[in-house]
Amino acid sequence: MARRDLRSMAGSLRRSVLLCLLAGAAALALPGIATAQQDLEAFDFGYIGWNDDPRYSEARIEREYQGEPWGRPIDGARVAIDEARFPGMAAGVKFGLNEKLVANTREVLETVRAMRDAGTRFILLDLPAGTVSRVAEEFAGDDLTLFNVAAHDDRLRGAHCQANLLHTIPSDAMRNDALAQYLVSRQWDDVLLLVGPERADKVVAKSFQRSAKRFGLNIVGTRDFVLGNNPRERDRNNPKLLTSGVDYDAVYIADTQSEFARNANFAIQKPRPVVGSAGLVAQAWHWAWVRHGARQLNNRLEKKADRHMTGYDWAAWVAVKSIVEAVQRTESTDYAKLATYVRGDEINLDGFKGYRMGFRDWDGQLRQPMLLGTGNWVVARAPLDGFLHPDNYLDTLGFDPRESACRLANEKKGS
Amino acid sequence: MRFNPYKQGRLAVAAALLAASPALLAAGTGNIYVSSEDDDVVTVFDGKSLEKVDTIEVSERPRWLAFSPDHTKLYVACGDEDSIDVIDVAEGKVTDRLTDIDDPEIFAIGPDGKHLFISNEDDAQFSIYDIAGKKAVTKIDVGQEPEGVLVTPDGKTAYVTSEVANMVHVVNLDSHEIEANIVVGNRPRRFALSEDGNTLWVTNELSGSVSLIDTQTNEVSDTIEFNPKGFRPEDVTPVGIKLSDDGSHAYVTLGRANHVAFVNVKSHEVEDYVLVGDRAWGIAQSRDGKQLYVTNGLSDDMSIVDIAQRKTLRSIAAGRVPHSVVIDTAAE
Repeated sequence: MARRDLRSMAGSLRRSVLLCLLAGAAALALPGIATAQQDLEAFDFGYIGWNDDPRYSEARIEREYQGEPWGRPIDGARVAIDEARFPGMAAGVKFGLNEKLVANTREVLETVRAMRDAGTRFILLDLPAGTVSRVAEEFAGDDLTLFNVAAHDDRLRGAHCQANLLHTIPSDAMRNDALAQYLVSRQWDDVLLLVGPERADKVVAKSFQRSAKRFGLNIVGTRDFVLGNNPRERDRNNPKLLTSGVDYDAVYIADTQSEFARNANFAIQKPRPVVGSAGLVAQAWHWAWVRHGARQLNNRLEKKADRHMTGYDWAAWVAVKSIVEAVQRTESTDYAKLATYVRGDEINLDGFKGYRMGFRDWDGQLRQPMLLGTGNWVVARAPLDGFLHPDNYLDTLGFDPRESACRLANEKKGS
Repeated sequence: MRFNPYKQGRLAVAAALLAASPALLAAGTGNIYVSSEDDDVVTVFDGKSLEKVDTIEVSERPRWLAFSPDHTKLYVACGDEDSIDVIDVAEGKVTDRLTDIDDPEIFAIGPDGKHLFISNEDDAQFSIYDIAGKKAVTKIDVGQEPEGVLVTPDGKTAYVTSEVANMVHVVNLDSHEIEANIVVGNRPRRFALSEDGNTLWVTNELSGSVSLIDTQTNEVSDTIEFNPKGFRPEDVTPVGIKLSDDGSHAYVTLGRANHVAFVNVKSHEVEDYVLVGDRAWGIAQSRDGKQLYVTNGLSDDMSIVDIAQRKTLRSIAAGRVPHSVVIDTAAE
């Protein structure tokens, strides 16, 4: 598509206004930009989520668990679409969103197929890791890029990584590395690990164990917790009993359901901080982050969704933004060009977190700082000072090429 | 404005100082005015001695500063009170307020002194504000997070950056239409215009560069990148820019890289990086042209840079989070 700037549009607008006047249709005095938009080609992003997703039940959202979504991340994508208006005009396109909520994996596959056939090339998935993996597999080799905006599971970036899948939500490894850096920087080296009953809790705990080893933390004990008040299980459901009889500098809680973790802060045996799923939590975004233009972004999301912005909104926002940036810089809407540019080294994505960001070529993960936040403040941004990496300090968070089980970069070079 | 006994006390002191320093009452004093975001004051320094001579209370979160063309008024954008305060320069105090301006950060004053041209960051609008009528007369939609504003000396054109759209909007001030959108680097912030009006300089905070725009063609003619030694690319965040009074150099403040770059205007070569304070943004040139004043937002001070020696002579405390600095030169 030829790139048109607004000057030529304004020129054609003046001509069309003149024509209107000549035709006696002077009443048609639309502002220039609105008229010009009618000439723009549609450029739609797809967005797929579950229509009946327990994460978005009213009761759950009201609790505002740290590290969980407080509404569907499509709100973040909507903000990004609004922001893309002028870049879109300059490129001759009108960016839009096509949202579909579905019931099961079969419907996800059908929806992706339909979107693809209608010309959509970039689809955001607010779905669990297993489904994301299945979709990526199904459409391997197609002119399609999928954005994982919700699943933290390390395996999606490791053994199960796929070339058509980019991750804007950070991995568990990135979040845990950020926390580990913080603990090391405070010299809170001895950590007690509490692990919930869910399978996902074990996955998060395993990821933290890797981070602990990577940064030299000492896990002084690992204890399983359960929910409830059953007195016969109190050694496993009472935060105080669970954290007694051992010394530690901090307690890490792996609790993907958040209920136990929320209650554990200030309820453990020793006067020590709680981190992980509550207390100090590592996330892609925090509504109290104020630097690097964050205030304005938070305001836009709040205006749009009537709630605070979370890391999930940010992930959807930056997914759209990455493609808008590619359109702007390549001056093109050609899929191959955009797909190459967005994955390349040249891209300079502004995530309002103060670092230049781009996607890792070895596993498709967006490299980004992590915000370490309490309920209403960001205490630190990782990578923390002093944690160095030969290529990019952001690569101290998550799997770097030497550690990654994913071989996307090698495949690319081999092909 | 907030009133508390402590601040009123300071006001009284300021008034006493004012009475004792007749130099303050004349235009073109060479005095230095610095806004400090967290103290809600504009601090006045003597241009020669660099002593603090006055502290002017303003509304909350003062940032951008600009004199009226005749230098009798100093306008102060106060973001947290949606106001642009008007300081009477001779009196050394706020004598008027232009209110209901949503979170103003940067603005420009037209050559006739009758209008303000304001970027409204939260509304993605550029507005033209009638000072006498105290109201916005026009609002124009622009890209998200509009920031830097520059009005040409003939008053016919305004340039506005959009930090999120990575663009410079060219606004025709007769028709109030956007004439062109020029894609520049990432997070474009502020402007400087060459004396002949042909070259517009714009700082790109996230690209660590300056784009040069040919104002005849509205195309980017060159991009100058900054690479001071020992800094990671993401710490090189150019924001403030000043073309030297003799037109030979552009001085660019590099934000978190804590340096001012000296750029040769003819060759576009970066000749030097001069160390200043933490998160250097605001910049002004002294009345005698020999020094630069640079406000450092994260070290709460202002660096005094000797232009000939290309080094910082000293730093002086400038309130909490100093934002902008302007000099009371002779009236234009």
